[in-house]
This record gives sequence, C-alpha cells and structure tokens, in this order.
Amino acid sequence: MKYYNVKTDGGNIAVDDTILVKDIEALAGSKILEGFVPLFSAEAVTRLEEKGYKISGKTHVGEFGLDLLGEFSYYAEKETDLKGAAAELVKSGEVKAALGVDLNGATRRAAAVSNVSFLKPTYGTVSRYGVISCAASGEQIGVYADGAKAIKEIMETIAGHDDKDGTSLKNDSYDYSIGDVSGKKVAIIKELLSAADEKTQEKIKAFADNLKKNGVTVEEISFDVFDVVNTAWQILMTAETCNNVSRYDGVKFGYRAKEYKNIDELYVNSRTEGFNFLTKAVILYGSDVLSKGRYEDCYDKSLKVRRVIKEKFDELMNSYDAILTPVCSKASYESYEISDAFAKVFEESKFTALANLIGIPALSTCGVQLMGKHFSEATLLSLAYSAEKEGK
Amino acid sequence: MNYELVIGLETHVELDTNSKIFCSCGGHSSPKEANDCVCPACSGMPGMLPVMNKRVVELAVTAGLMLNCEISRYTTFDKKNYYYPDLPCAYQITQLNHPICTNGLVSLKTSGGARDIRIKQIHMEEDAGKLVHGGKYSYVDFNRTSVPLIEIVTQPDFRSAEEVVTYLNKLKSMFRSGGISECEEGAMRCDVNISVRPEGSEKFGVRTEIKNMSSFEAIEKAIRYEAQRHIDAIEFETEELVQETRRFDDASGKTFAMRNKETEADYRYFPDANLMPIVIDDEWLEEIKANKPEAVDEKAEDYRLAGISDKEIDMLISNHKISKLLDDVVEKGARAKDAAAWILTDCAGILRKDGKSLNDLTITAEKLYAIIKMVDSGDINRNAGKKILIAVVENDVDPAEFCKENGLDKKFDSSQIETVIEKVIAENTQAVTDYKNGKVKALQALFGACMKELKGAGDPAVIKSLLEAKL
Ligand SMILES: [Zn+2]
Repeated sequence: MKYYNVKTDGGNIAVDDTILVKDIEALAGSKILEGFVPLFSAEAVTRLEEKGYKISGKTHVGEFGLDLLGEFSYYAEKETDLKGAAAELVKSGEVKAALGVDLNGATRRAAAVSNVSFLKPTYGTVSRYGVISCAASGEQIGVYADGAKAIKEIMETIAGHDDKDGTSLKNDSYDYSIGDVSGKKVAIIKELLSAADEKTQEKIKAFADNLKKNGVTVEEISFDVFDVVNTAWQILMTAETCNNVSRYDGVKFGYRAKEYKNIDELYVNSRTEGFNFLTKAVILYGSDVLSKGRYEDCYDKSLKVRRVIKEKFDELMNSYDAILTPVCSKASYESYEISDAFAKVFEESKFTALANLIGIPALSTCGVQLMGKHFSEATLLSLAYSAEKEGK
Repeated sequence: MNYELVIGLETHVELDTNSKIFCSCGGHSSPKEANDCVCPACSGMPGMLPVMNKRVVELAVTAGLMLNCEISRYTTFDKKNYYYPDLPCAYQITQLNHPICTNGLVSLKTSGGARDIRIKQIHMEEDAGKLVHGGKYSYVDFNRTSVPLIEIVTQPDFRSAEEVVTYLNKLKSMFRSGGISECEEGAMRCDVNISVRPEGSEKFGVRTEIKNMSSFEAIEKAIRYEAQRHIDAIEFETEELVQETRRFDDASGKTFAMRNKETEADYRYFPDANLMPIVIDDEWLEEIKANKPEAVDEKAEDYRLAGISDKEIDMLISNHKISKLLDDVVEKGARAKDAAAWILTDCAGILRKDGKSLNDLTITAEKLYAIIKMVDSGDINRNAGKKILIAVVENDVDPAEFCKENGLDKKFDSSQIETVIEKVIAENTQAVTDYKNGKVKALQALFGACMKELKGAGDPAVIKSLLEAKL
C-alpha cells in the first residue's frame, strides 16, 4: 500500500488522488473529502481504460496538490515519507506511467527529485473533466513516465477534445512525434539558472551538452520575468483554489465535524478540522486578493500580467524552440515544517509558474525543465529524447 | 410637502428550458420529489465542469430583443461567493462584467399616460436550491439549483407602485408569448429598490431594497408600506433612514431590516475560468431574431385588425405555440379569422372531449391548412372538414387520404341530389306535412335526413335550396 490511498490488483497506470476514478474513494490528500466516492471517472482515465490500460490505484498527493511534492497530506498523518508517490512508482517500474494534475509545479518537482519525466501539456489539450479542481485557469492533467517515448504513448491516448469540459480545445489529436532535433535552438534562462544550487546547475549544463551533441544550439539569455510571473500565478491560483474548495463545507459529502450547534459552526468546525495548514493559508491569501479594494491591484492586475507575458514569451519563441531551466532550486528534497510551506512553495514555484500562468507545455526530465510555445510538445519530447539517449 | 417615489426593479425570471443552465438535468418544471433532478454537477461534486446550455443564451437574447436592448456580442460569466446550504458550490455563476443585454427600454401605458422605463441590463445566472425546515433538522433540495434565470435590472424610473405592477404584467405577458417563461407562481421574483424625495428635487433619497417577492399583490403592498415609512421618517423624524436590505412580511404587511451596508457580504466576484466567453456572431443573432415572436402589443393589434375577437386574442397571446400555429396557417393562405375559429373552437373542442387542452395540440400547420383549403375551395363542406379534423387531431392521419377513404370528397350533381331529396320526402311524410302546415323546424329535420343520405358531402346551400324548391 505504500504510495497508494487505494490500490487495485494488477494495474499498469497509477492515478494521482486528485483525479477521479469511478467507485474509488478520492481524497485529494485531504481529510475534508473523507469517504467521498465519485460516480464517474475522469475523461483521461476513461480513455486509458478504453485503450486497454488498467488503473493500478490512487496515489498519494499533497493536500489538493498545493505543496512542494506531496509531503503534507491527510495520509501523511498516518504514514511518513509519502512524497512523490506517483513518480516513485514510475521509477520503481511498478507502473508504466501515472497521471497527475499540475497545479503549481508539484508534479514536475516530484519527477525531478525521483529522476523520471513529467509532461504538463498545453492548456486545453487534455480534458479536466474529473479533476478535483483548484485553479481552473492553469491546472492541467499531465503524465509521469520514464522518458519521452513512454509519455508520447500516453499523451496520444488521453489528449483531444472533450464536450464535457468547456475549456477543452477543439482538436481531436495533437502532435507528439519524436524526431530529429539538429538545428533547433534552446535558451537557458540566466535568472533561473543562477537561482538554483550548484548540483542543479551542473545538471542543466550536462543536459545542454547532450543537446549540443545532437546538433542543437544552446545559448544563455536573460528573460527577467519570473518573479512577476510567479506572483501573478500565485494570486490567480490561490483565488481560484479558495473559491473551488469552498464547496467542501461538511453539508453534502466528505468530512463533517462531530460537534456543531448551528450551520455556521458546522461550516467552521468541518473546515477547520478538514483542511491542513497550507490549504488554510491558500484560502486566506486567495480570499484576500479577491476582496473589495484589493481585487483591482491583485486579481485583475494578474490577468493583465498573464496577457502581457504571453505576448512576451511568444516573441521570445520567435528566436528559440524552447527554454531550458531548473525545475526547483535544489537537486534533492530537504524536509521543513508545514508552517513554512506557503512561503516555501511560493519560492519554488518561481521555476514552474510560467507554464501554469500562460498555458504552455513544460517537460520535467533528467532533473531539468524544458518549456516551449503552445502545442510544442513534439519539440520538447524530441529534445528530451535526444538528451536522454546521450545521458545513458 | 409632496413626495416623489423613485423605484428601480431587479426581476428574476426562470427560463423554460428543457435542461438546467450548466448540466443536463431537467429544467424547472421537471422535478416531482425533492432531489429528483440532481446530478454531480448541480450538487457541487468535484470533477464536474459547467457546460453552457445554448438555449439559455437564445432565450436571454430574445428577452433582450423584446425589451429593446443592445445585445452584447461578447459575454462572460463570473462567480459570486457566499456560503449557504442551498448553494452547493458556495458560489453562484452569474454575470457581472459583461452581461448579455444592456440599455433597453419598455413603454408602459398607465393611468397617468405613457411611461418609458429604461432597462439597465439583463444577465444570465443559475438559481439556488431550497431549504426545507422540519423538526430538529433542515433539509436541502437541489432540484432548483442551476435552473437558468435571467435578471432584468431597470434604472430607477418607476414613480408609483401602479407603474411597477403594470411593468411586471407586461413582462409576464411578453415572456409567455415569447416562449421565454410561463412565469408560474414563484418563477418570477423581484427585488425592489426604493427611495423618496421631495417633488421637484433631483437628488435621490436614502435607498432601501426589499428582497425576494413573487406575488404582484405583495410587491404593491410592500412598496406602499415602504414609501410611507420613508416619508414618515423624513417628515416626522420617526426614525433614521439607512441604506439597507429589508424583507416584506405578508402577514403584517410590514417590512423588516435584514442587513445594512456595513454588514453586507463581500461577494468577491471574479471571472469563471471554466466557462469560455460566449461570442454571439451575426449569423447566430439573425437566427435568434428570425425566431423571435413579434412584440405582444403589435401582435394583438394585428389580430384585432384581422377580425379576431378580444377573447380569442387573449388566448393566442398567452400561448406562444398556438399563436405560432395560427401565424403559420395564415402565412400559407388561410384567413386569420377562420383559422382562429378552427383552432380555438374546433380543435379545442375535440381536445376537451378527451380531457385535454390546447397545450396538447400537435397538429401541424400543413395539415390544418390542407383541411381549411379543401373547405374554402368548396371541395368538401365544413362538416366533412370537421370530421377530417377530428381524425387528424386524434390520430394524426393524412387529411387528403382520410377524406378519400371515407368518401367525404364525393361530389353530387343536382340530379343525384334531387333523387336523394325525393327519397327523403317520400320516407318522411309526417315532416313534410308539418312543414306545409308552417312548422319551420320540420325543414331542418328533412335537411338533416338529406345530409345523412349524402354522408355529409355536398354543398349544404345547394341542398337547402333544392329541398325548398321541391317542397
Ligand atoms: Zn444537474
């Protein structure tokens, strides 16, 4: 049962507990959902099952996927060391691949720490139907697997239009083909490189060298937007999360406090006991940025930043095929207290927030990260594949 | 001093769609038992995403066209946050920044003359569920959750309770005839914003809002009470007026404070990222316009000019389906007055016998017109037409085929008719004697016997004149 909340027999695809599988309890790592059994499966899960894959179970995640890589959850209160569950299962070879929801980079960080790959695809290419949603405008289902080829296979199955998701794009399929990369141009972002530790910098350099061996040009450039990008995404993400988890109120399903005298106490006690410290911090932050008098300077401004950054990034991508960055500041995980979690996650998501803010694809591979313009998954997978080969 | 009332209205109307606004559960008229009409989406379960019901957009645009609004070509949804057990997601999906219709105008005929009421905006939103209180517990019923609503917001242009009621009646009849809403009990709910000011003053007084009233009678009473309360407060300093939300208690006929500006909730509105902006292009707008029923007043006038009685006009205006059938038949070439009689008298009569109403009428304009045409052209008489109509209404047969199969289209020349008349006269000597002795009624009996022999076919006028001549 290690790494699983619920395990089934003989499956080959693990599914993060933030994604629904029919008739299997879904907690999203939170006590507030205790006992919640969904009536339907996520579209991505259904598509995999229709292709003959079998779900191996529901893997541990940090509460609502908000932490660094799954260290703070309801399951963790019972067992320790559960972080990076899906990534670890892929690494061990127990499953072929896993599905995860990339909300604030936790999936990409987990893949980096476990030394497997995770692709957060272009927003709108994989249906979000069946995701225990936090931030609708930037979260995406992605794939953990060992290498680019395995990711390609799963993406071809799960991507494509779904009527049940109003944000799903119209195309029925997308390009994930792995091909020649000679002549491609990749930019290392100076500002993010210098924010990472030495070991991570070495990984980036090694990865860049492997790309060069395949005829890729790698340049170091300055693109100093990542603090603004991160602040904007944390504002949008916390606001949307605050709103989306407000439905967990103890009235309809999930956890309800034992003690309450009236409806207000039912709400307050259920939510106080049901959410962990980090979720509460996110709720407070999110409700603050939406409040009267703060909205224009916080939420509305972040929407503007989203538009401007998208234009700037597209412009940059006229000269490059992808950017190469760290996934997190340190090559290995160091434990910390949950009371520091909000600040810690804020700090680390500087490396990942761009993909969530503007909906571009991001691939965490070999402990580094590639990001490209919308629908550039084939390029990212091809680059990763060429470097993986050299690294072996 | 004389005071002037200043009133603005927010009216919520439940739309008559087959399904809810963001899921496929049945619309407002479907449910029977509590929580019959609920799915994971409208009960707030995680994993479900809202999917826009196109029909809601079309009905909202139709309402906007009827109220002379500008139609937004780009319209978006926002989330309004508050906790209440009947609101399963703890937010309501509504429209704040880009409502679907803006800047409309409604003309009212009141005892004080014509009045124009400006419409500020119409927006789409989802309804909340209901709480049922019983014993120790309260229960939640989500049947009404996510039923589509439009909210029509006026400018503060009303000057009396009478104007408000006239406006509401006008909306009701427009929305009924437009197929937008039947506006049944509780399906039309109003919030009334009210203030008073000295006559001639430009400055608005302190405004209070009376929430959630559905009977027009209650609305009228509430306005009168609240206006007097404001005037008393100003005139006699009975109390200090504050901007606040109040509720009307029907039993006592009074309003009571619910919450004031300071304690009012911050709804933390923000855009709903799950719903893409809706773009209404020319093609779609033209399609909606083409399907829009004419404005009620215009339509009633057209019917009146066509010789349809006031009683019939009322029946037509309040039933969009039936008036559309009439219009379609008229468009094919029938006279409006005749068509109205066929539908409202004959069809209604046939249905009534089966315990049904005009709402159950399924006859197509094509078939009804086929019958009317056969009668008008003299191919068959009206009795035969009625026989065909019964068969069509009850069993949806083909009018021409039915006519042929039952020999209703038989034409008789004068000599054939004369033979029948002679036979009838020979067989009904008593009636003939009675007629000759001056009993006019006896002629009717003889005529009836002739018609029976002719199986209802043949021109009644010709038969009658030939019969009289023979006698
Ligand atoms: Zn539903």
